[in-house]
Amino acid sequence: MPEELLKGFWRENPVFVQALGMCPTLAVTNSAINALVMGLATTVVLIASGAVISTIRQRIPKQARIATFILIIATFVTCVDYGIQALDLRLHAALGAFISLIVVNCLILGRMETFASKRPFLPTLFDGLGMGGGFTLALLCLGSLREILGAGTLFGIQLLPAAFEPWVVMLLPSGGFFVLALWVMVFNRLRQPNPTGVAETRGAI
Amino acid sequence: MDASLASVFVNACLVNNFVLAYFLGICPFLGVSGRVDTAMRMGGAVTFVMLVSSVCAFGIHRLLILIGAPYLELISFIVVIASAVQLVEMFVRRTSPTLFRALGVYLPLITTNCAILGLAVFQTNRGYDFPHALAYALGAGAGFSLALLLISGIRERLALRAVPDIAQGLAITLVVAGILSLAFMGFAGMGSVR
Repeated sequence: MPEELLKGFWRENPVFVQALGMCPTLAVTNSAINALVMGLATTVVLIASGAVISTIRQRIPKQARIATFILIIATFVTCVDYGIQALDLRLHAALGAFISLIVVNCLILGRMETFASKRPFLPTLFDGLGMGGGFTLALLCLGSLREILGAGTLFGIQLLPAAFEPWVVMLLPSGGFFVLALWVMVFNRLRQPNPTGVAETRGAI
Repeated sequence: MDASLASVFVNACLVNNFVLAYFLGICPFLGVSGRVDTAMRMGGAVTFVMLVSSVCAFGIHRLLILIGAPYLELISFIVVIASAVQLVEMFVRRTSPTLFRALGVYLPLITTNCAILGLAVFQTNRGYDFPHALAYALGAGAGFSLALLLISGIRERLALRAVPDIAQGLAITLVVAGILSLAFMGFAGMGSVR
């Protein structure tokens, strides 16, 4: 059971390893708080729709399964959308249409198709929690780095001295691409078992 | 009237490019941008589906306001887009087998492309009327094709270059996309955001 939970954080991290759900990853990570809310919203949808789908998985006809999944996901996304709107209107405006776009996040549909539709209730719950957690972690990595470099703050708290000139480009769309590329490189470096060994075999060939 | 149509088109195509400024449709952008000819076909297919779903979304929005059920909007959008893609696929297969073969597997995959649903949501949020919605869809499709074409051209050349081991594949593509996005910022100020 811990295996189902932990694999989403590191070995099968949805963003850095599987490259799934890139659109929200890049679009809403211009500040740490946006990234956190987006990650949590996606996790809620992931867990809730996973729970429903794994419970009724024997009743879903095979030919209509994708349509069924999308309908269930869209229902929960609508709930989350209205929920955030009720909690904090300013946050809802900052995230904008990207909350509705959780419906087409390929991470969620992918987990439903490969995991929730085949496994019982409890493992699916852990899988959703792990994958959602890994997604939130990745979003936070991007969001906090972009906010620190682009505005000198983290969660709105001044972190760098006032003399630091903010790199505004990090808050712009291109900064999202650059910071994500940086994190992917860091992950690749960490995942290589023996970096020098790889270079040697390359040289030998 | 004509001027505002043109500005909506330019705005969706260049200034607020769907891929490079809104990050919509990143999956096909990173996935099928390895070669120029597949990129062009994908761009064409997406533009076509964008036009169809823009018309549908316009109709649904009016209908749901009429019956007073705006919370059904997201669910109806995704269902109608999925069925529209299916219908388009059957229609193209009947009328033009050559075009159908050219589009191949990309046609059904477009259903889960976030650029399509994003277009429907954005045009509704901005309250475009019918001609403006069409111009917006055309511009978004043209912008998507342009971005896909540009990056696939760069990636074809990149395949022959020596790239550091840790930056192979995804990372170097993201860096190139970032530079492209910087270049597109030069269009800022052209066309007005309504």
